[in-house]
Amino acid sequence: MTEKRTMSPLLKWFYRLGAPVWFYPFAGRLLPWLGALFLLLLLPGLYLGLWHAPADYQQGDSFRIMYVHVPAAWLSMFVYFAMAVSAVVALVWRLRMAEIMILSSAPIGAGFALIALVTGALWGKPMWGAWWVWDARLTSELILLFIYLGIIALYNAIEDRRSAGRAMSLLTLVGVVNLPIIHYSVVWWNTLHQGATVSKFDTPSIHIDMLIPLLLMAAAFKVFYGWTLLLKMRANLLEQDLHNGWVKERIYASKTAPKNSTGRVADKGHQYD
Amino acid sequence: MTEFLNMGGYAFYVWSAFGFSALVMAILFIQPIVQHRQAWREAEALHDDDADNLGERP
Repeated sequence: MTEKRTMSPLLKWFYRLGAPVWFYPFAGRLLPWLGALFLLLLLPGLYLGLWHAPADYQQGDSFRIMYVHVPAAWLSMFVYFAMAVSAVVALVWRLRMAEIMILSSAPIGAGFALIALVTGALWGKPMWGAWWVWDARLTSELILLFIYLGIIALYNAIEDRRSAGRAMSLLTLVGVVNLPIIHYSVVWWNTLHQGATVSKFDTPSIHIDMLIPLLLMAAAFKVFYGWTLLLKMRANLLEQDLHNGWVKERIYASKTAPKNSTGRVADKGHQYD
Repeated sequence: MTEFLNMGGYAFYVWSAFGFSALVMAILFIQPIVQHRQAWREAEALHDDDADNLGERP
């Protein structure tokens, strides 16, 4: 019996995803769909959040900052969790694609940690009277931003790509201890930051008209992560594999592809395929 | 409309927060596209030369 016959379809799919020659066009085909889904979630989220939701009885209209602040903070932790899972895959199976995933996720995670911190300051100033306090929640989120930047810096500091990938995966795993600290910081320490309102198990202490736009924005941000992650992974793969056969094949395919009247490649093979 | 833009007196804080988020997200979207285009051009130049080397060189 051949090995191919015993391989489950799921495992086969997993191995395919690990191969740039298959992943690059696959990701390219997903891009327009993710972009459309992002807008489809974002636009109603913005409309309902900025316009339709009633002003908060304590915080007035300033509470609307929540619609970017909370989804960004959630995503900054979600991205790290995804990277940590990928780090395990990278270290155990030595899968290069998992390292590319971590490398490509880190700037996105850093971006959303930064959004969470800056929008938090813009919310804190009118509500607490201070842009910044050295509070457990804020400090642990700032540390998360520094960990993201450290992961990027570490990768770029090591010449050999695979050694850099292993070091980066290890650092990602070590940094995962910060995640529960961020999450439980409002419980463990007496902080200025308000406690959880949505993830409480009994009933969320937030009005439904305020909750729906929050969930829409959170979903939109998650899709945005998937969208920009694929863009970044494709860019990193192409950049690293310039001399590789699969890139050569892509270039030739785009040149021999039929062109339409405007002289552009009709099927945009190089862009999405 | 002015009432909407005024955000109950919190206009500066609310619109700065949304504006900053939009700016960061725009960078996260545009940077990989620029990086990809640059790498694509490099790859094109590289593999053009390869084709020449296979062909008419004496």
